[in-house]
Amino acid sequence: MPPSPARHTALPAAPGVGYKPQHYAQILDTPGPVRWLEIHAENYMGDGGRPLAQLRALAERFPISVHGVGLSIGGEAPLDAAHLARLEHLLGWLAPARFSEHLAWSTHDGAFLNDLLPLPYTDATLTRVVDHIDRVQEVLGRQMLLENPSSYLAFAESTWDEPAFLQEIARRSGCGLLLDVNNVFVSAVNLGFTPQSYIDAFPLDLVEELHIGGHDTDEDDHGAPLLIDSHGRAVADPVWALLDHTLARSGPKPVLIEWDTDVPDWPVLAEEARRAEEALARPRLAA
Amino acid sequence: MSNTVKSAALMGAVAAALTLSAPMAQAQEKEKCFGVALAGQNDCAAGPGTTCAGTSKVDYQGNAWSLVDAGTCMEIDLPAMADGSARMGALEALDRDLPQS
Amino acid sequence: MTQRAFHQALLDARRPVPPALTDGAGRPAGRRYAVYRNNVAVSLTEALASGFPACAALLGEANFARVAGRFLRQHPPATPVILHYGAQFPAFLDGLDGLARLPFLADVARLELALRRAYHAADAPPVAPEALAALSAPALSAARLRLAPAVQLVRAPWPIAEIRAYALGQTARKPQGGAQEVIVLRPGYDPAAHVLPARGHVFVSALQAGMALASASLQGGPGFDPTDTLALLLAHGAITRIDTGEPA
Repeated sequence: MPPSPARHTALPAAPGVGYKPQHYAQILDTPGPVRWLEIHAENYMGDGGRPLAQLRALAERFPISVHGVGLSIGGEAPLDAAHLARLEHLLGWLAPARFSEHLAWSTHDGAFLNDLLPLPYTDATLTRVVDHIDRVQEVLGRQMLLENPSSYLAFAESTWDEPAFLQEIARRSGCGLLLDVNNVFVSAVNLGFTPQSYIDAFPLDLVEELHIGGHDTDEDDHGAPLLIDSHGRAVADPVWALLDHTLARSGPKPVLIEWDTDVPDWPVLAEEARRAEEALARPRLAA
Repeated sequence: MSNTVKSAALMGAVAAALTLSAPMAQAQEKEKCFGVALAGQNDCAAGPGTTCAGTSKVDYQGNAWSLVDAGTCMEIDLPAMADGSARMGALEALDRDLPQS
Repeated sequence: MTQRAFHQALLDARRPVPPALTDGAGRPAGRRYAVYRNNVAVSLTEALASGFPACAALLGEANFARVAGRFLRQHPPATPVILHYGAQFPAFLDGLDGLARLPFLADVARLELALRRAYHAADAPPVAPEALAALSAPALSAARLRLAPAVQLVRAPWPIAEIRAYALGQTARKPQGGAQEVIVLRPGYDPAAHVLPARGHVFVSALQAGMALASASLQGGPGFDPTDTLALLLAHGAITRIDTGEPA
């Protein structure tokens, strides 16, 4: 592996996008408002070839945020040491500006289920997640960010609400938080709470990165709306409004557009980034 | 065959291979591009990636362990190869003299 | 509730939705749990379809989804590195009844897997072809050629390279002929399948095993001429080191 290029050590409080290989040439030629990129860690765990070559080239131009989807931080089993070693290797040569993962589990009994599965918010979960984050931060030698999930259901046994739960995890482990504003909206509609209240209760000073993305609309057994975090379309208007609500309280933060399925042509994604740039530039109301 | 003869044959083979390979390599050099996949190919070559998104598509595998229905597989849609028997006829399986390794 | 209970019902729709999951208003979660069932099964089915696009085209969407649905339940990913997922898919297809009309399907899957492995294989700069020509006859005979990690061999009693190209709509020519020995080579970053000359497969296997050039050539049997296979390797940057046994 060649020596790491000079690294961007922080994400700017500006728009970023989830990197898709089909946009490679256009990102370099016409990035528009896009100032940083996020990649999924697991897609860069091959031995070589175009994915790693492209990532090396992009990292010379843009700050990179590495977003893991496979660590199963909330899993009942111990963390997968082999996977943690893969992450350590990737972060070692790439030296990205940020590393984040999810408040979720995805591996059980040796099977990786390729989905972010939900956790009950209990003291037992809290202890386990904090232990796992401690281990991750120790091995990686850096702070990680933990992201709030999209919820489709609730656990009867939960005793914490989500903002307080994340705040306590961050307090005990020293991790930072990644606030996915679309996930807040999706969970709020699905579980019947007010998204603005969630944002108002969230420890925004611990948030180092914001996500927004598109969702699909379905229905549950009772005909109630059931939103699905599909990342397959433009960001919905109420989510843009919730981003405004958030930024008005948090001040400018790095904002990522996630578009992972039915990925559009570059100009469409760049236009979403331009909307995020507008939101970031909007004059703040006095608190 | 003596070693000397074999060596000479190898020298000849290498020389011939170089001659043959040069135009092949040249043709491909023209197409080579660092970042972008060759014309006619695409990044599907990367195979599957991970996602942190959900889906609103439905999995219809109602019974997880049901056998694949042979009848369903008979209705396989092979574009422009509608006639199953013709298809099989065209794909002649030869038990060729695969060399022993 | 335990993750075991949540997990078991995820991949088996006959099991009831685990209890103590609610809709936020205290009612049973019902089809909200199905969102996770769909996420797991659909995302892994799509992962297999993107890793085995020719198989997906040969089977058709509905059949592929059925085959994939069964595979992902028997062989869920063992690691979160989904780009490697499906290594057992060809052997699984071998053992699947109901596919008699597509007897070549498992071998097409092997070729697709080889192409994917080549795509993600470690980079290795090729030697200049002239370096081989510069060797003396004895040095050439004794030389061991190191091949790029991307080099993959697949052989099948079917014209798998043609079947794959046809299935992907890359050619309108109907596949013809019989057994095929295919080599996957990756000059730069784009792997491609090439049909090997007769007995080229044993020759390349011998080189990969570290045999000297003369001995590897002998593996091809009486009358075997390595010229065409060597030309293929040289043209596609597959030779990454010439080890003459002398200090470099």
